[in-house]
Amino acid sequence: MAYFPHTENEIQAMLQTIGAKNIGELFADVPEKLKNLEFPEFKPVSEIELLAELDELRRRSERQSVSFLGGGRYDHYIPPVVPALAGRSEFYTAYTPYQPEISQGTLTAIYEFQSMICELTGLDIANASLYDGATALAEAVSMAAAATGRTEYVLANTLHPNYCEVLKTYLTPRNITRQKESGANTAAVIFALPDFHGLISNWQEYLSKARENGALFIVCADPLLLSVLEPPAADIVTGEAQSLGLPQNYGGPALGYLAAKKDFLRQMPGRIVGRTTDGRGNRPFVLTMQTREQHIRREKATSNICSNQALCALMATIYMSYLGRSGLQTVAKLCKANTDYAKQKLGGIPDFSVDEGEHFRDFVLHCPDAKKIKIGRPLDDRRLLLSVTEKTTLKQIDFLAETLRRTGKNI
Amino acid sequence: MEKLIFEYSQEGRKAHTLPDAPAVNFGLPERKSLRLPEVAEIDVTRHYTKLSQQNYGVDSGFYPLGSCTMKYNPKINEQIAALEEFTGMNPYTPDHAAVGLLKILYETEQMLCQTFGYARFTLQPAAGAHGEFTGLLIIRAYHLDRGDTRRVKILVPDAAHGTNPASCTLAGFQTVTIRSLPDGGVDLNDLKKHLDNTVAGLMLTNPNTLGLFEKNILPIAELVHNAGGLLYYDGANANATLGLARPADMGFDVCHLNLHKTFATPHGGGGPGSGPVGVTAALAPYLPRPLIDFQNGEYYLNNNRPKSIGKVHSFYGNIGVILRAYAYLKIQGSAGLKRASELAVLNANYVKARLQKVYAIPYPQICQHEFVISVKEWKKQYGVSAADIAKRLMDYGYHPPTIYFPLIVPECLMIEPTETESKETLDAFCDAMLKIAAEVKTNPELVKSAPHSTIIGRLDEVKAVKDPDLNYFA
Amino acid sequence: MSNIPEELKYTAEHEWVKIDGSVALVGITDHAQSELGDIVFVEMPAVGKQVAQNGDFGVVESVKTVSNLYSPLSGTVSAINPLLEKSPELVNKDPYGEGWIIKLKDFNPAEFSTLLDAAQYKEKIGE
Repeated sequence: MAYFPHTENEIQAMLQTIGAKNIGELFADVPEKLKNLEFPEFKPVSEIELLAELDELRRRSERQSVSFLGGGRYDHYIPPVVPALAGRSEFYTAYTPYQPEISQGTLTAIYEFQSMICELTGLDIANASLYDGATALAEAVSMAAAATGRTEYVLANTLHPNYCEVLKTYLTPRNITRQKESGANTAAVIFALPDFHGLISNWQEYLSKARENGALFIVCADPLLLSVLEPPAADIVTGEAQSLGLPQNYGGPALGYLAAKKDFLRQMPGRIVGRTTDGRGNRPFVLTMQTREQHIRREKATSNICSNQALCALMATIYMSYLGRSGLQTVAKLCKANTDYAKQKLGGIPDFSVDEGEHFRDFVLHCPDAKKIKIGRPLDDRRLLLSVTEKTTLKQIDFLAETLRRTGKNI
Repeated sequence: MEKLIFEYSQEGRKAHTLPDAPAVNFGLPERKSLRLPEVAEIDVTRHYTKLSQQNYGVDSGFYPLGSCTMKYNPKINEQIAALEEFTGMNPYTPDHAAVGLLKILYETEQMLCQTFGYARFTLQPAAGAHGEFTGLLIIRAYHLDRGDTRRVKILVPDAAHGTNPASCTLAGFQTVTIRSLPDGGVDLNDLKKHLDNTVAGLMLTNPNTLGLFEKNILPIAELVHNAGGLLYYDGANANATLGLARPADMGFDVCHLNLHKTFATPHGGGGPGSGPVGVTAALAPYLPRPLIDFQNGEYYLNNNRPKSIGKVHSFYGNIGVILRAYAYLKIQGSAGLKRASELAVLNANYVKARLQKVYAIPYPQICQHEFVISVKEWKKQYGVSAADIAKRLMDYGYHPPTIYFPLIVPECLMIEPTETESKETLDAFCDAMLKIAAEVKTNPELVKSAPHSTIIGRLDEVKAVKDPDLNYFA
Repeated sequence: MSNIPEELKYTAEHEWVKIDGSVALVGITDHAQSELGDIVFVEMPAVGKQVAQNGDFGVVESVKTVSNLYSPLSGTVSAINPLLEKSPELVNKDPYGEGWIIKLKDFNPAEFSTLLDAAQYKEKIGE
């Protein structure tokens, strides 16, 4: 029990001002029947007891530093400036910046975030962030459906299965459905960059297909990869930005981002920060275009989303500021070099093989028995999804290759 | 004002210590330019430190933002959420290697079930609105699973949060608005008129957005259930009910919580939040998958849930936020949660009692954790609006209350002090409010032109919309 | 006191209509624009769209409010005000002139008698 500054004397004085005899009187509107129920309770613990309990639990959560796990969340290096600055409590204990005069910190950082996302995606506008990559993609398809008045979407290549499931959960109730081929009722063609297996492929053919049918072209992209590639000619680029300075956190908090051509501004979900003027010659920032949102447009809003992932967007902004162009591109290239090296080393082991093509971070290792190898993520009996980042060392990859080579025949 | 990070950029400057980039082939054309800042680490540090100084958080001062429950965010929560064993964990970590974290998540669910009276909770939704959407999908799945395809409407009171009707649309329902009575309660006659076999459910906040406990909750629940509908509890205002009246006992079948309101996790300047959804045993099969189950001494992620509505998040939700709420629940215990609600209600009634001689309070009865003021008469008489008073509060060093919500109260200020504030803090705030009230009458221009002490003046929000500048590079 | 021209007809939802031969010109009243404040966007229907009497045909937005537009008469949209896309503030500046919103054709003259006259509208808004 903690965090109550009240003394008993103060409570009595306050009750007197209110004109109540005791605190119970303040709950007179609660039906007696509800108040008198017995229910199970749990006991409070002290901070010392809690930390002791956690000490044991954290030891039972092995942090696998060389797990070769990826598949949507990645173990990238996080420069210490990121937690140090995002950990300032003026940032993290603030609410949504509805009062711009005392919220320029959050608002300026979000404007910087939006600008950086626009630069990475080559598009005109970006929002202040969304929950994660999967829900951001669902919002993007909703946008496309609203903009085109159509109700179908098509996956161009292999999308992360969890994203496929979230799309289905989100869109089925409004009868927006996935189809195999695009046609006259296609609102969006979705292209993953890279795909679930880490494969980087050319989007051109799918873009043409979308254009032919008058559908929007959505690219679901990793922002690190966007830092090195020519931006795709998409209408909407969206995805997961955990790789920009956020820890994996067992999947969340993560950072969904969404950028679009400016024609789609009025269909954008979520918060948007804009720059304006005040009466004193400043050029401050403010939440804008709010009539799209739920608190004003209610059932006709572009989305029900209220909060974004502002603190995560701040972390990504600090990360990108710290790394700059050269740093971000170097991280991407180190990831690619390590992926190439791992594919070559592991694919060269007898009875093991890897897929053709260019892969980024994730790749599939075909092996005699995937489930017996206690590393990476088995996709099925004969395929493992492995992942490397700029933190993975060649020695670690060599060690894995050596281990598999030695034991491979017996697996 | 602090300038933008882009304006610190000097070609050739850098902060990072990475090795030279290797030559690699991505298989696609590489970009020629990328206009990110080129700055030193000290530039980054000073810039974001200055930005933080232009912000106002709960740590900066009193934050009586109605409906948002801006209670103090204990520091131990931050320490626990930052433990590397948890932050560094990949979501595909095998269950046996994640057992410590799975146990914490399981225990968090248990504590929420006990506090709110539900059979199960999912921790997957990433925010309150996300929880609403999830809860409504569960209601939809329940009716469809019973072969009842007629139920396409959700009833929502006119004072509800805007997310309620927006979530209904997203979940494929039509929203039907129910009127409030003059005392703020649901109009039972209007409710009866709308209850038929096309109603899937009713969404309610209790206490409602006027800060009043819905006295008729038991008869309301009976009416809705008798008509075949389900009750949805919008937990935005749960901070008034902990240990005092459980939503499940009130008759709510589904409930979402905002961990970032009731359970002391920080708001982060607008997220990340977390919006767990609790359900009765009858609705548990429809919860998003996976759930964390415990069997034969092992915790595991159970994906084998054939009636589940499916995933609503790429993985298991905002774990970092849930860890903070776990710490808060453990430190408070059931008794501490109950005390939190009692003192939250005491604080709100105290502020109300001190202000009601001077400010018009349209619902003068005992309130719960928050209450509303209406300054519509001052608007007519002195031309001073709720927004003006809000801005003037900044000059006194406070974050303003919520304004213009709920929509049914004109020129509305909604005040929620929370339980973590002391009597001295509340007294100082009330003194400021009373001074402002005097200023409204003696010097309305001073209030109308506020704030005067902030780093920027009132913004031209019309220009922001008509001439949007949303991207530095555009 | 807002401006309520005698020669126009009104809806309870604050639209005005003026018949000019085969065309009915529709906009929002001076009272409505003043209540809304600075208008920043007008969402207009496609030309050729059929609208019903009291059916919504568009939305006017200020910075923090939205308001549906309801048609005084049933008919077919024959034109939308092209100036409003760039200059929605015309609705504030000149609600009965340059700030008109749509034109209707093939409207039903019989519905005209169901609308409010200036005196009735004035009473409705309590002036």
